[in-house]
Amino acid sequence: MSYMDKTIEEVHEALVKGEVTSKDLIKEALEKSHEVQEKCNAFVTIMDDVKEEKVTDELLSGIPYGIKDNYSTKGILSTGSSNTLKDYVPFFTATAIDNLAKKGAVAVNKTVLDEFGMGGTGTTGHTGIVTNPWDKTRMCAGSSAGSAAAVAAGVYPYATGSDTGDSIRKPAAYCGIVGYKPTYGMISRYGLFPFASSLDHCGALTRSVKDAAIVVDGMKGIDKYDMTSWDSSNMHLYESIDGKVKGKKLCYIKELCDINMYPNADAELKAHLENFMKTIEKCKNLGMEVTEESVDMTLLSAIPSVYVVISCAEATSNMSNLTGFIFGPRAEGDKWDTEMKNYRTKGFSPLIKRRFVIGSYVLQAENKDRYFHNAQRVRRLVVDKWNELFEKYDAVILPVGSGPAKKLEGSKDALDKNTAILEDHLQIGNFGGFPSITIPNGFVSNLPVGVNITGKCYDDINVLNIAYALESSMGYKNQIAREVK
Amino acid sequence: MGYKVLIGLEMHCEISNTKTKVFSSAINGYSDKANTNIRPVDMAFPGTLPVVNKEAVRLSLMASMILGCTQPEYLYFERKNYYYPDLPKGFQITQETKPAPIGSYGKLEYEVNGEKKSVRINNLHLEEDAASSDHYASGSRINYNRAGVPLLELVTEPDFRSADEAVAFLETMRSIYQYADISEADSKKGQVRCDVNVSIMEDNLDENDPKNWGTKIEIKNVNSFGGVRDAINYEIQRQIDLKEDGKYDEMPQQTRRWDEESGTTIYMRSKVDAIDYKYFVEPNIPKFKISKEWLEEIRKSIPRLAFERKEQYINEYGVSEYDATILVKEKPVADFFEKTISLGANPKSASNWITTNLLGNLNKMELTIDEAKLTPEHLAELIKMVEDKEISSQQAKGVFTESLETGKSPHDIAAEKGLKQITDEGEIVKITNEVLDENPDVIKQYKNGKTNMVNYLVGQVMKKTGGKANPSLARDVMAKEIEKR
Repeated sequence: MSYMDKTIEEVHEALVKGEVTSKDLIKEALEKSHEVQEKCNAFVTIMDDVKEEKVTDELLSGIPYGIKDNYSTKGILSTGSSNTLKDYVPFFTATAIDNLAKKGAVAVNKTVLDEFGMGGTGTTGHTGIVTNPWDKTRMCAGSSAGSAAAVAAGVYPYATGSDTGDSIRKPAAYCGIVGYKPTYGMISRYGLFPFASSLDHCGALTRSVKDAAIVVDGMKGIDKYDMTSWDSSNMHLYESIDGKVKGKKLCYIKELCDINMYPNADAELKAHLENFMKTIEKCKNLGMEVTEESVDMTLLSAIPSVYVVISCAEATSNMSNLTGFIFGPRAEGDKWDTEMKNYRTKGFSPLIKRRFVIGSYVLQAENKDRYFHNAQRVRRLVVDKWNELFEKYDAVILPVGSGPAKKLEGSKDALDKNTAILEDHLQIGNFGGFPSITIPNGFVSNLPVGVNITGKCYDDINVLNIAYALESSMGYKNQIAREVK
Repeated sequence: MGYKVLIGLEMHCEISNTKTKVFSSAINGYSDKANTNIRPVDMAFPGTLPVVNKEAVRLSLMASMILGCTQPEYLYFERKNYYYPDLPKGFQITQETKPAPIGSYGKLEYEVNGEKKSVRINNLHLEEDAASSDHYASGSRINYNRAGVPLLELVTEPDFRSADEAVAFLETMRSIYQYADISEADSKKGQVRCDVNVSIMEDNLDENDPKNWGTKIEIKNVNSFGGVRDAINYEIQRQIDLKEDGKYDEMPQQTRRWDEESGTTIYMRSKVDAIDYKYFVEPNIPKFKISKEWLEEIRKSIPRLAFERKEQYINEYGVSEYDATILVKEKPVADFFEKTISLGANPKSASNWITTNLLGNLNKMELTIDEAKLTPEHLAELIKMVEDKEISSQQAKGVFTESLETGKSPHDIAAEKGLKQITDEGEIVKITNEVLDENPDVIKQYKNGKTNMVNYLVGQVMKKTGGKANPSLARDVMAKEIEKR
């Protein structure tokens, strides 16, 4: 009998009834961790000697979970999947992880990410490529690749993630699970290794919407160490889910969802968008009104560049603390600046260095207004546009990506211009700090695909409710990856 | 040909009167044992975030008001990005002129050699200090106690015309920081550091037209007011020499460094090599609305400054202008004076004791007034004893010196030494008659017109009493008794 492939509510019930102990669950999670490590290379660290927790009224008590390796964990290796921190053992724990520990949650491993979260493929971590549990020739997407793979493979019911562009919500779609990032500041970022501070969100990868609510309930809370965090003590996400969505208004964006916008569409894209329209029908059957909206293509086309400019600018500054002097493997050199250069040159992957160059370039005095400030202006325009939509609609519903998980071979990092916006629109959720959730909505080429629901800031409960109702009307709740032969 | 000199200052002053650092909860105690006042954020451990110290903001706003600056509607901070081992994050959190810093465009009156002058303040901003480093032949040592200490940087317009003016302004600022309880502003503790810019122009040109200004030379890291004076005077002469030699026009705009040992300025870099700090708004600190109510509260709480106290000492207490100037020069001295008065001492006597006895002695003992063993309570007691004629002013001097050396109270000292003055008239009449009985010849001389012989007789009374007789009483009694003979 296995438990780690069940929902949090089910596991909790089994624990309370005494059908299983926290110790049994840990044993199961660790065994599966090693299996999945073998198959998918999802973990930086597996904590084989972890101790069980007392089972209490808390839903999370005694239940194993995974931590993305860009969360600082006291006494446990925390690498950000980067060679620059390959031996770094922090002496403090991220607030979100502390909050989970207070509920009795048991961390059993640290999961692989794209180096410092700066990638969307799950292929750039210092421990190697993470493969998709549905099909090992495909990627998980990133950056929360290890977390997505592990949850999808049934190692445990949930893992933490972080999301700067779509790093929770894209891998969730590619792995057929749920990925939720709440409103900016609901979960403290203290102890999360920063990528781009104004876009970074903590969040959760789970296999059901209710589990996502339970986990974020456990992670969230105002924190005196994060000035951008806010008091959400009156918001009880899990308890607020009632599935009542009749009369809710949704919209989708024609420019993103209409197959006619893609003259060279391949079969997968066609199937993906057709599947999305079926999901829209389901929404209507649930009593929701769904409207097609139109947004200026010029504005939409600017999104990926705006993201690159802002995220790279903030990243180059955020990662200037990585010098090898105070932490990280100190490099050789006859002077401090050579030591620093050697450390950074050796430690960072080429992809990251490319982003640093872009970040520095757009912040240079002579370029700053043209690139960085313009990007901030367009970010504001996009957010204003979405807030305008939220005046009319409870949420925006859109397909995630242009189809199922991409092949690891061949297509690496080469963006197809035609589908760029479809691949990148989730970044809007980071621009505005909007609550945003991805849930599985079917299969294309026998692989899972996802749909995303995004609402206005602080309206997390509404977003979760819509996602829950939709999830309940489809058959993909708590699905475990079945390897495609 | 004569020259005009244009001098501008950047004065950095640590705010020493907050409990904790400006973006960290570590104690603001730079001079404590090295590397003991540190939180993870001060060493930029991954995932740490800045949290603004409201008290540091309050004190900065107060300084902004005193300087006649405009306060911003919203508080923002910016990152100044550069690499240096004493800057763990790789950026300093500071404020630039856009968005508006804590103070913009003010004006301050100050006095130089009795003449009133005024200087325009370009801006005042709040930032964090870097760590301090000591360099040795074998390597360098870094003390992170200073990393994150709040620092106020004040930038003036080039309104000073001489080193004297610049130094007089700095002294005024030091007094303001001390009196407003913002900082000890002690350059010996490294709390005050200046950058100076100097340019010269021909005397007959209009200084209000920037086109006529000469090449601006910036001198970095001048760490004492004496150094500021010397650096300015050296630089003026250096530039005049270049003019006279016809080499001035070849001199590029540049940054130089003040070398205290050689008393010269040394070339660092030209403007062409100026560092691009890639400023951008710190995303981890949400913009903060500074309310009118708070500003009003701060305005009302500005302590009395030196010039206000000086006016009060002259007008209310009748202290001479000269003495008042001495009393307010250092705040601890003025506080000592006011404490003494508050204990009931006569202000003029207190002023006399402090300016003529206390300060000179402390100077010899190389002590500050706060370190003195003699307290305001002691001084007030001593003044009262003289007023009540318990001891003579001659005796008081001895008591004062002993109290200063031992910290014993004047009453105790007087009692120990049996110094109680004889103020009982009957007793003095008795002793006076004894003296007269013993000196019939002197009485004869007196009667024959040698009236000044009375001094000798009074002297004999003093001798007989071991100096304890009240001198003026002894004189009065003697005058009466001798007439009776």
